[in-house]
Amino acid sequence: MKEMRVLLQNQGKENMSDAAVYIENGGYEGLKKALEMEGWDVIQTLKDAGLRGRGGAGFPSWLKLKFAYDTQSEDKYIVCNADEGEPGTNKDRVLLSCDPHSILEGMAIAGKAVGARKGYIYLRAEYPQIVPIITHAIETAKQAGALGENIFGSGFEFQISIRSGAGAYVCGEETALFESIEGRRGEPRFRPPYPGIQGLFGKPTVLNNVETLANMSHILRNGVEWYQNIGTPTSHGTKLFTVIGNVAQRGVYEFPMGINLKELIFDVCGGVADGKGLLAVQTGGASGAIINPFQIDIPLDIDHISASGGRLGCGTIFVIDDSNCVLDIVRNNIEFFSHESCGKCVPCREGTRRMYDLIQKICAGNGTVKDMLTIRDLAETVRSSALCGLGHSSVVPVISAMDNFPEVFESHLDGDYCEKCHMQRRVMKHG
Amino acid sequence: MKQEIYSHTTSQSALVRVAEISARYRNRPDKLMDVILAVQKVVPSMAEDVAAVIAREMGLMQNEVYSFITFYGLLSVKEKGKYIIRMCNNAPCHVRGARAVMDAISDTLKIGVGETTQDRRFTVELCPCLGICDVSPAIMINDKTYGNLTYDSTQALIKRYIREDV
Ligand SMILES: Cc1cc2nc3c(=O)[nH]c(=O)nc-3n(C[C@H](O)[C@H](O)[C@H](O)COP(=O)(O)O)c2cc1C
Ligand code: SF4
Ligand code: FES
Repeated sequence: MKEMRVLLQNQGKENMSDAAVYIENGGYEGLKKALEMEGWDVIQTLKDAGLRGRGGAGFPSWLKLKFAYDTQSEDKYIVCNADEGEPGTNKDRVLLSCDPHSILEGMAIAGKAVGARKGYIYLRAEYPQIVPIITHAIETAKQAGALGENIFGSGFEFQISIRSGAGAYVCGEETALFESIEGRRGEPRFRPPYPGIQGLFGKPTVLNNVETLANMSHILRNGVEWYQNIGTPTSHGTKLFTVIGNVAQRGVYEFPMGINLKELIFDVCGGVADGKGLLAVQTGGASGAIINPFQIDIPLDIDHISASGGRLGCGTIFVIDDSNCVLDIVRNNIEFFSHESCGKCVPCREGTRRMYDLIQKICAGNGTVKDMLTIRDLAETVRSSALCGLGHSSVVPVISAMDNFPEVFESHLDGDYCEKCHMQRRVMKHG
Repeated sequence: MKQEIYSHTTSQSALVRVAEISARYRNRPDKLMDVILAVQKVVPSMAEDVAAVIAREMGLMQNEVYSFITFYGLLSVKEKGKYIIRMCNNAPCHVRGARAVMDAISDTLKIGVGETTQDRRFTVELCPCLGICDVSPAIMINDKTYGNLTYDSTQALIKRYIREDV
């Protein structure tokens, strides 16, 4: 099966952070078209194209733009979420390194659509090598007239600055990200007000994932019809998938939405590494569902995966071989959430900790049926009452594993020896 | 506890540099992150005296600076070694042998997670995903990342740092 390279079309080409090279490759044509359109028509184009967010939730992108468009504020902001914190996700790093201008262009298009003159890229601190790439891209884009005060002579002004994260997963959540840029602890805000009305610095803000913004450039450049013909009826376009874990050929791949998960793992990525068997697959990073090998014959589009209890999310496919134990993976996941919980709300701060303790107890062979019921009870509380998506999604791996792998939990409850859980018992403690 | 983490006294010359960096962004709280990231490069620890200077020069309250620093995983008020080794312990690294890498680090440096060597050159920490799972197991040493590690290659890598061959 061949990849379909739209977002990654410039991967491997040299000097892609030079605006001139990007322009030679057809770049900034989408922005030029947007500059000749009314803001609303740009939004209408994205609506017709059916673009949905690539950062996690799959929310219709045009609607977020509309919220900000409808406000009267003088100052509005476009924010690019380059925090890429979801464990197992590499795609934004790859996209930012190989085609930074496609993201700048998308930001400027979004800015034109809603009438924003300022954009921020919130980049995680773990990607220091990306800073010079984006900085150079911004500078050369200004020289080429594609960013700055009077873009391509249209009178439209758009400036972009980079802001750094500092190692907090929760800062990928939109309101926490705003807090962080404003110079505070990255704790999510209560909603309403929604970011489209009151976001960064209290102004209407549109926040999008790196990949979503790049899609905007390509939609404006190539048109609605072209875009609609890629993917499935409800999820259009291509998607970047990060396939990692115990898979033979790890990496970031681009395919039309709706590619079959099983084919992606076995035909494209060469199956499980080292001739081992497949134990389980987790889609959507640590906040995604863990499923059985017999459940992987499914198309990867936003709605299919949600219907099966998981999330396509950022497109992360984590392959787990049969030398592992599902419970050990769940423990690793919930430890991550417990560690990254910002502590603002009790259900998540305490709930993730208690779930971790109970999973740990079951791993150690000391669990009881009552502990299982307590986990479900806790999970329901956290899911329904946590303030932000971190809390909500922390229960997904736990509950999906309990539902899909009941026999694994049972054997640990019975106290059967598990080499993996036993061996790892000591190691994975946070400092 | 406060004694331990806040006991560090920063040299006057370092504090002057901290003041220079912070004074550029007076009343720009949104620049706090940039200031702290820059300051962290010139002081051994984000101690109380450093936070006080940043707060004074930027027009913030000292507790705002402190609470900011203590929130983020890559910032710290503790004194750290010259090289901070961050070991990813999320699942994609875990299933590719993160444990062997951890063992190699602690066997070579004779310290565990959260500890700093006596000569103050190395600190070992665990961290969440570094975004390079395509080459897991992975670690980050200061600003550099290393992937596809094994016990032996990790040991060789750490030894290069010990010899300052980097
Ligand atoms: C805890 C948490 C972490 C998140 N991390 C990221 C992230 O690293 N990158 C990202 O694009 N979105 C992340 N999101 C989703 C964002 O909040 C937001 O929905 C997304 O960036 C919107 O962009 P999109 O509409 O283009 O998908 C995170 C959400 C939560 C709750
Ligand atoms: S759900 Fe968790 S991460 Fe989100 S605000 Fe509450 S404590 Fe913080
Ligand atoms: S899980 Fe270790 S680098 Fe991503």
